[in-house]
Amino acid sequence: MISNETKQRCDGLARRYPEKRSALIPMLHAVQAEVGHLSPEAIEWVAAALGLSAADVMSVASFYDMFNLERVGKHMIYVCHNLSCSLLGVERLIRHLENRLGIRMGETTPDGLITLKRMECLAACGTAPAIQIDGNFYEQVTPQILDDLLDRLRDGRLHAMGKGPDGMSGR
Amino acid sequence: MTFEKVLTKYQDIPEYTGTIDEYIAHGGYRALPKALRELQPAEVIEQVKRSGLRGRGGAGFPCGVKWGFIPKDSPKPKYLVCNCDESEPGTFKDRMLIEEDPHQLIEGMIISSYAIGSRLAFLYCRGEFVYGARVLERAIREATLRGYLGKNILGSGFDLDIHLHRGAGAYICGEETGLLESLEGKRGQPRPKPPFPAISGLYRSPTVVNNVETLCNVPHIVLRGADWYIGIGPPKSTGPRLFSVSGHVERPGNYELPMSITLRELIFEHAGGVKNGRRLKAVIPGGSSAPVLTEQHLDVGMDFESLAAAGSMSGSGGVIVMDDTVCMVRVGEIVSRFYHHESCGQCTQCREGTAWLHKVLRRIEHGQGRKEDLDVLLDMCDNMKGKTICVLSDAAAMPIESYLKYFREEFEAHVRERACPFEGKGAF
Repeated sequence: MISNETKQRCDGLARRYPEKRSALIPMLHAVQAEVGHLSPEAIEWVAAALGLSAADVMSVASFYDMFNLERVGKHMIYVCHNLSCSLLGVERLIRHLENRLGIRMGETTPDGLITLKRMECLAACGTAPAIQIDGNFYEQVTPQILDDLLDRLRDGRLHAMGKGPDGMSGR
Repeated sequence: MTFEKVLTKYQDIPEYTGTIDEYIAHGGYRALPKALRELQPAEVIEQVKRSGLRGRGGAGFPCGVKWGFIPKDSPKPKYLVCNCDESEPGTFKDRMLIEEDPHQLIEGMIISSYAIGSRLAFLYCRGEFVYGARVLERAIREATLRGYLGKNILGSGFDLDIHLHRGAGAYICGEETGLLESLEGKRGQPRPKPPFPAISGLYRSPTVVNNVETLCNVPHIVLRGADWYIGIGPPKSTGPRLFSVSGHVERPGNYELPMSITLRELIFEHAGGVKNGRRLKAVIPGGSSAPVLTEQHLDVGMDFESLAAAGSMSGSGGVIVMDDTVCMVRVGEIVSRFYHHESCGQCTQCREGTAWLHKVLRRIEHGQGRKEDLDVLLDMCDNMKGKTICVLSDAAAMPIESYLKYFREEFEAHVRERACPFEGKGAF
């Protein structure tokens, strides 16, 4: 469930804006960073904290690609499949990733470690193909680099930038 | 050509990390005291108007004119919002500007807020820019500790706070009213205009939304004057511009240049030419929403007017280069998939049109196209343009029309041969 620390953090967010509804997306980030996804309970809690209906919060959460409405793996790998990354061979990289993990894009490994997700342009076109793992950019990725990254993920040796209290830790 | 970089001057120095001390040591935060002590807000607006600075996010609207629309007599608070939702495919300049030199943006935001009378500014940062958001948060903290933000900035009596606000992954939030909806905690669905944000924007108050690169120009204009700025580039496309070059070139990257350069110079002199010495087939000159250009357009100037005259647009400055192995139907499939995914769904022409464009392009690419599909595509594009609340629908239609205009025989070959003629030949 949601910790007191996250609840306090959300209270602070709600006081930060001239109109407290503006805190909705930052609060969803904070709750997702702790829970891993936006569970029905998490949606209910955020809705109550802002005086909104759960349906209203759900309609917002479902609009944005970064919010996970289903349970996801411990680590999230975003792969850009837009034009510049495609020109530099990202579909081959995707096939490599799928074969190596035995899952398709959009799925989670059976051990719950990794979720793969196709994303639109990540603003790393000059260093394509580009992926993000837990908020960190990895650019000019080759199958060899990918293998190394996956090994480090499994060993817990990959620093996760997007796993902090507000979904942007490291500070 | 002698052009001295303005926006990315210090980023080439290997040891430059963009902390506040380094920014100051390299001449940063000198425009701010000049603006606050020597210029009235109206004089800052006048100078930016005279400089000819045009928005670098996509539309190219004159920045000073936009500021001038803010009513002077409104009792409501006024807001400056920085659009750092960089998502136009092919564009990666704002990410570099915030990660490498965040204080240039912060200084630009403070001066711009002073000009329009904003006491609270928002920096809407794309959700995926986790590192960029961290850099910006640190920069805002540093600037506050030094007295560049907060109460009574540099003893001028001017107060300003900047709130960093992260998005969560939606291209449409780069559209300024979609961004404001998102900032208000809603789905990022663009608003009908008028009223424009200058009259009724964030929290129904007068609001200016400016792109990152646009705001980064402001300190330099204040410090060095409008006349210096006008001296860079063509008369209607003044100042330096960041071009993001990607795709099949030897040296992809961001290039800061005057807009007087040609597409040929950008690709062949700066970006090292087409990768592996192959032949150029097509170039998208201003992000994926821009109509495609071909070899015959290489001498076009990279300014707003010349690109428009060539039938395309300057857009966000994202230049995507494609060599002769590329299948334009496949490009259409990828580009239309993007707009279909990103359509917010509130206008029928866009919601349905983007879905059908993608569906028809996909079937042509996969050998199931019908003879009449080419005209069906053009008819759909026609029905998608100029009919919706925002321009995402136009942005989805215009590129597809251009692919059909220049590469129609390639589409016909897919239908005739019931397969992609490029299958297995290119990298993609």
